[in-house]
Amino acid sequence: MQSLSATDLDAVAARHPHLVTASVWSRFRIPLILTSGILYLAFCSWLFSVPQVMSSANWTIAGNYLADWVSYEERPTIAIRDDATMKVEFSRFDPIGPNPNPDWLQAKRETITRTITAPAAAAQPSAPASTFSFMAPAPAPIGTGDAAPASQTVSEEVVTHAVVKMTPDATIEVAPPGVTITRSGETLAISLGRDSVRASGPLPAWATQRAPGEKIVVAFGFSGWAEVRSDAVIVHKRYLGWPGFLFDIDSPYFGKPLSEVLTLIRSDERLDPAQSNLSLAIDNILYNPSWQHLDVWTKLFQTIVMAFVGTLLASVVAFPLCFIAARNITLNRPVNQLVKRFFDFQRSVDMLIWALFFTRAFGPGPLAGISAIFFTDTGTLGKLYSEALENIDDKQREGIKSVGAPPLAVQRFGVLPQVLPVFASQALYFWESNTRSATIIGAVGAGGIGLKLWEAMRTNTNWKNVAYMVILILIVVFIFDAISNALRSRLIGKRNH
Amino acid sequence: MQTSPTHAPLGERGAQIEAHWQVLARGRRRYTILSLAVLFVALTGSLWFANDSNSGKFIDRLPHLFDFVEMLVPRDGMEIWRALFDLPSPYFDGSLQYDYPDGRYYITQSLYIPEYFYKMAETLNIALASTIIGFFFGSILSFLAARNMMKNVWIRGPVRRFMEILRAFPEIVLAGFFLAILSLGPIPAMIAVSIHTIGALGKLFFEVIENADMRPDEGLKAAGASWIERVWFAMVPQVMPNFVSYFLLRLEINVRASTIIGAVGGGGIGEQLRLSITRGHEAKTLAIVLLLLLTIIAVDQLSAWLRRKLVGDQAFRPVV
Repeated sequence: MQSLSATDLDAVAARHPHLVTASVWSRFRIPLILTSGILYLAFCSWLFSVPQVMSSANWTIAGNYLADWVSYEERPTIAIRDDATMKVEFSRFDPIGPNPNPDWLQAKRETITRTITAPAAAAQPSAPASTFSFMAPAPAPIGTGDAAPASQTVSEEVVTHAVVKMTPDATIEVAPPGVTITRSGETLAISLGRDSVRASGPLPAWATQRAPGEKIVVAFGFSGWAEVRSDAVIVHKRYLGWPGFLFDIDSPYFGKPLSEVLTLIRSDERLDPAQSNLSLAIDNILYNPSWQHLDVWTKLFQTIVMAFVGTLLASVVAFPLCFIAARNITLNRPVNQLVKRFFDFQRSVDMLIWALFFTRAFGPGPLAGISAIFFTDTGTLGKLYSEALENIDDKQREGIKSVGAPPLAVQRFGVLPQVLPVFASQALYFWESNTRSATIIGAVGAGGIGLKLWEAMRTNTNWKNVAYMVILILIVVFIFDAISNALRSRLIGKRNH
Repeated sequence: MQTSPTHAPLGERGAQIEAHWQVLARGRRRYTILSLAVLFVALTGSLWFANDSNSGKFIDRLPHLFDFVEMLVPRDGMEIWRALFDLPSPYFDGSLQYDYPDGRYYITQSLYIPEYFYKMAETLNIALASTIIGFFFGSILSFLAARNMMKNVWIRGPVRRFMEILRAFPEIVLAGFFLAILSLGPIPAMIAVSIHTIGALGKLFFEVIENADMRPDEGLKAAGASWIERVWFAMVPQVMPNFVSYFLLRLEINVRASTIIGAVGGGGIGEQLRLSITRGHEAKTLAIVLLLLLTIIAVDQLSAWLRRKLVGDQAFRPVV
């Protein structure tokens, strides 16, 4: 081949400029596509009013929710009474159990004689209604219940001074009528009035108050936050971990180290006379009320079963149908088209629609999910199978036909060996991807872990359960991914993934 | 395929081969039967389990399997059109069931978009916007994950694991989490679908890149091009048709995904469908199903046509 010199090239370019100038489309397509993409996204952000939604979103809550995935809060309420005495209350659902005396909360207790009047007692709904004192065994709160007579003089142990250590360099000191909060060298002094909360100076960056006199919220980063009200200081102290993951606070094994639990299980002395220690331990784990292990595992298994049965039945039904749909096997065009359009119909009616319908038919549960996956995937697999059949090598079929084999034998020995690995591989691929989609259709009532996840999220308090279920789902998806990849690479040869 | 005894006797070597073949064939048959038995046991066990843990039992509910068809019979054929185009119904009795004009979106005094068309457009926009976002981030990540473009395993490995997690993370959890923060609306659905799309497209993309022709890249490398120049001038022109083809494929999937996410609280047509099915509004349900069916078929056809134009029949090889 003769090559042109640079001067020749220039000369040719000068004579025929259209050869060297690219068309407008090929010159401007990249900026054009980019601009239209950006314009479209801008349009979408206007349509869905993204900026407004983003600015009105509560990102502090987002941080708290995210932290809830891997940690828990303890919420002691230090109720402050009118006579400057205090009471420390822990939530009934406190993860560290009844009667906790954490070392980060130092309370000075004194026995003093005080008069309790009924209105005063009734006017102490300082703590949220759900809190209930678990300190009943301790002498402090006895006699402060609602059953107190109109006016009574009692001598009881009360808290007069409390110090909460949030982090090594942050403390909350409660000494009515004042609260002193120190955080990394900065100090905030708050005085509590009858119905108002006032800071002595300007608020530091970590404290917020909506309006003068209202409650002050103090943040300590990941370690938690506290709310200073006129009649109570509510502390939220955050710890990393999942509390009571194996044994709930109601379990006799709660809070014991593993070695002690094992010794207890091995010992013959029964904790519960009705059953052995081992079965008690297993019961306590399986029926743990806050983690619901057994229920979660059953629901997860339902999801797996939904995907497995749905895909298997779909491929079993699609298998004979695809022979009718393939135009090189069944030489009848109207019948081919009929079956193919039937496949298209099943595919196009979304899995969601099938799921909603079958939830009406079977009631919520895995049967609805199985049916939904079955109906959708019969269409999808049927389409893929018939395409695979139409692409087969005809020589093998002709060879079998030429020796006078009956039609069924032609399919069995001429067609099946070619397509069976492809069929199986596609069924496996759909089994794997349906394990993922079965989670979603579960949320509309089609059974499985989806609904449980959705319910856990709706309450906005169970994020740790959500995290637990997500981890289980991820494990299952990764295992199935590996199994299906390994089987498929054996069936159709190694691919590069 | 058994050997027939009428044939002439085999020689010693032939008999050996025959015996060996029989052993192999027997082993193969045994494995086939064994795996079929395992499959059968697993299937019956699973079916029993599914039936047992379902709220309605299969046998009891089987006659009701097509109850939903009954639920879908409108009072007359025109009702579907009225529901679809928000025209007033002659059966209007003040209830929500026949109050079709209620959801109209007025553009001017008299011109309006029917409710379901508007919602369908919303779902389509969610799908398209999140596919574009997924395409953008997925293509960036894929160059960092491809073996031939990123030699450093300490970057490639984490990027791949990251994409795997994005892909496997249940969309419903993402949607639920952002729903809790951003409140109801299409944005949580968009975020959830986008995040999943980044992972899914990223994986397909880096496989395309790994199969690309490396000669343009070598040429650029020899001329001293930087990494970004190599990506832009050697790789992008080669892989773009396949990238766009996968983009369209993903768009089809995302239309369905955003419908489903909509049904669990993400807005759009999915939510309307769930509401009308649970409330038993037959004409509205039919109208939505019809609209969804037509839209999904249209999107599928359009994307199939574009993909065939872009990369030819190769686009229709099953993704296995």
